[in-house]
Amino acid sequence: MEKYLYIALFAPLVGSLFAAIFGAQPKIKFVGLAASGFLFVSFVSALVLLFEVMATGQAIHVEMMPWIAAGDLYIPFGFVVDQVSAIMMVVVTTVSTIVHIYAIGYMDHDKGFNRFFSWLSAFVFSMMILVMSDNFAGLFIGWEGVGLCSWGLIGFWYHKESATWAANEAFIMNRIADLGMLLGIFLIYWNVGSIQYDAVFAAAPTIANDTLVWIGILLFIGAMGKSAQFPLHPWLADAMEGPTPVSALIHAATMVTAGVYLVIRANPIYVEIPDVGYLIASLGAFVALFAASMALVNRDMKRIIAYSTLSQLGYMFVAAGLGAYWVALFHLMTHAFFKALLFLGAGNVMHAMHDELDPYKMGRLYPIMKGTAILMIIASVALAGIYPLAGFFSKDKILEVAFSGEHYILWGTLWITAGLTAFYSFRLIMLAFFGDTARYKEHGIHPHEAPKFMLVAMSPLALLAIVAGFFEHGFVHFVNAVLPEFEFHTHHVEMILIAVTSLMALGGIAVAILLYRRGRISTKWESTWVYKMLINQYYIPKIYDLIFVKPYGAFSHMMWKNIDMKVVDATVDFIAKTVYSTGEKTHTMQSGNLSVNLRWMVVGVMVLLLAAFVPTLWEFASNFYTQNLHYFGAN
Amino acid sequence: MITVSHYLVVAALMFAIGLIGVMRRKNLLMLFFATEILLNAVNVALAALSNHFGDLTGQMFAFFIIAIAASEVAVGLGLLIVWYKRTGRLDLDELTTMKG
Repeated sequence: MEKYLYIALFAPLVGSLFAAIFGAQPKIKFVGLAASGFLFVSFVSALVLLFEVMATGQAIHVEMMPWIAAGDLYIPFGFVVDQVSAIMMVVVTTVSTIVHIYAIGYMDHDKGFNRFFSWLSAFVFSMMILVMSDNFAGLFIGWEGVGLCSWGLIGFWYHKESATWAANEAFIMNRIADLGMLLGIFLIYWNVGSIQYDAVFAAAPTIANDTLVWIGILLFIGAMGKSAQFPLHPWLADAMEGPTPVSALIHAATMVTAGVYLVIRANPIYVEIPDVGYLIASLGAFVALFAASMALVNRDMKRIIAYSTLSQLGYMFVAAGLGAYWVALFHLMTHAFFKALLFLGAGNVMHAMHDELDPYKMGRLYPIMKGTAILMIIASVALAGIYPLAGFFSKDKILEVAFSGEHYILWGTLWITAGLTAFYSFRLIMLAFFGDTARYKEHGIHPHEAPKFMLVAMSPLALLAIVAGFFEHGFVHFVNAVLPEFEFHTHHVEMILIAVTSLMALGGIAVAILLYRRGRISTKWESTWVYKMLINQYYIPKIYDLIFVKPYGAFSHMMWKNIDMKVVDATVDFIAKTVYSTGEKTHTMQSGNLSVNLRWMVVGVMVLLLAAFVPTLWEFASNFYTQNLHYFGAN
Repeated sequence: MITVSHYLVVAALMFAIGLIGVMRRKNLLMLFFATEILLNAVNVALAALSNHFGDLTGQMFAFFIIAIAASEVAVGLGLLIVWYKRTGRLDLDELTTMKG
């Protein structure tokens, strides 16, 4: 089985390196095919591992080689495939393989075709390290690798100012969070003396509660950055600057799910500190509503979907925070399928519309893009949580979790969010595909359906978005071998809860369809303050700019002018100038005249002689002085 | 009574004369003489001290110096003659081909 583990892990790396060889060359279709092929191999290996773990119930644990061994510190390159990481591996490789194949079509006309596949596969490789590592250090390597690759991919079109800005923003926000995570890992090592999962989780109940609270909070700060939770969320919406397959990958398989994975993986720590868990859940519920509200009014197709991801991540954190880890993992899985599908569909629309993202400029695309429209409707229904699609099962469970713990405020927040989710998903569908007028004609755009193979590549995701929910019982049974069980106390109201939630979602859909059945609604309400606040993302980017970016810029400028130029540079310049002027002044010595050289030689000999004799002479003189003090008039 | 100090003073004087010659002389031939004086100043000191301590090593060393000085003079004079044949002078100030 080790063999499959290594293949699953390293096949994306091989694909990435292979593509990197041709990185600077113009498009070679084979590179895309090869990278996709390697990922498919990885996907098959991950499936084999999943079935193996399913059959034996045993985790597969390998230690590839020692990495850091110094004193008591021992960190190996170790990998573990247990129930949780097997699920993660399969989800990651499934979505990534599809995204890779899709990207062959999507990036068809792009100059950086080969480079794109290199980054894309490296992204998947980093995520695989992240989910497969058996210790926090390996997790951190994957964590940073994911951050780096996201930087490369968000800023893939680096000739665009906005893309490089978004890439840097994502990277810097993630670094801030990474510091928290790193401190958490240090704290773990300080208290446990090891950062192997087994050792840490075995020792978790024995650590003092205060310390554990700090560990939990610091680790969660790391998760907040990667999973874009408030207040580190703005990068996710700006990350839409990257090519659409990247967005699909970031939102569905790699990157943002890493934070949720961390909390699920570290469940033995969070079980001990329910207060921190409740904090996580509250933040999650807040983000769910907060992000959904921003998605209501946005006029950028990809940003709407990005806010929806943010909102769904909030759901996952509610489940994870309240101790229902399997529910969080389940929602992570189902969400990955329909969110990737939604993004790839948006990519098709974007291509058709010649990179126009404003749904107000679309309308009535359905007759032209039937395939894409159907796939996106499936994804949206799944996202809204309508029976029998995947989103229904997982989202409903999260609401039940909140209700079961008697956290009615959380439940209410999530319940309202469920309605908003359905509303904004269908607002987008209605604006883009339906309505009375084909508004794109006014803008002189001639849309066309995406190539067949891209639609075919997306269809497995659609299938999974429909059926994934039915695996719930098998899933629970499977992952609960390693995750703690969650007791539901809602059997008496289960059906009512389901009905209420479904009604909310259906209501959201109905409202959206009614409101937008003719296309866009009146522009009157765009002058209200609510609209302005939402479209400006609660002014948070502006506030950040004012509080952090500008003062920091001024501070850096001051440091540059005063400290760097006047102290650091001046010191270095002084040394250089001294050496230079010394040479300038003494080069006359090298006149080539033998007589002059000889004189200098004599001077040199004299200096050396003096240096040799002066200490001796000094000693002699001082001895002479002390021995003959009476001659010098001392009594 | 001539003591070892006298010899050493003579040697020091010779060394000083040689050193001044090395520094002041512009004629290559004179420079050679000056270096010979330097070498022989050392020889005198070596021989005197060797005698004073009753140790033959110093005198042996002086012999070596004489032998090496002789061969050095042979080579040096040969070069001098070649140089004189090519330029017709032996002025040090004109020997500036090593200018840096």
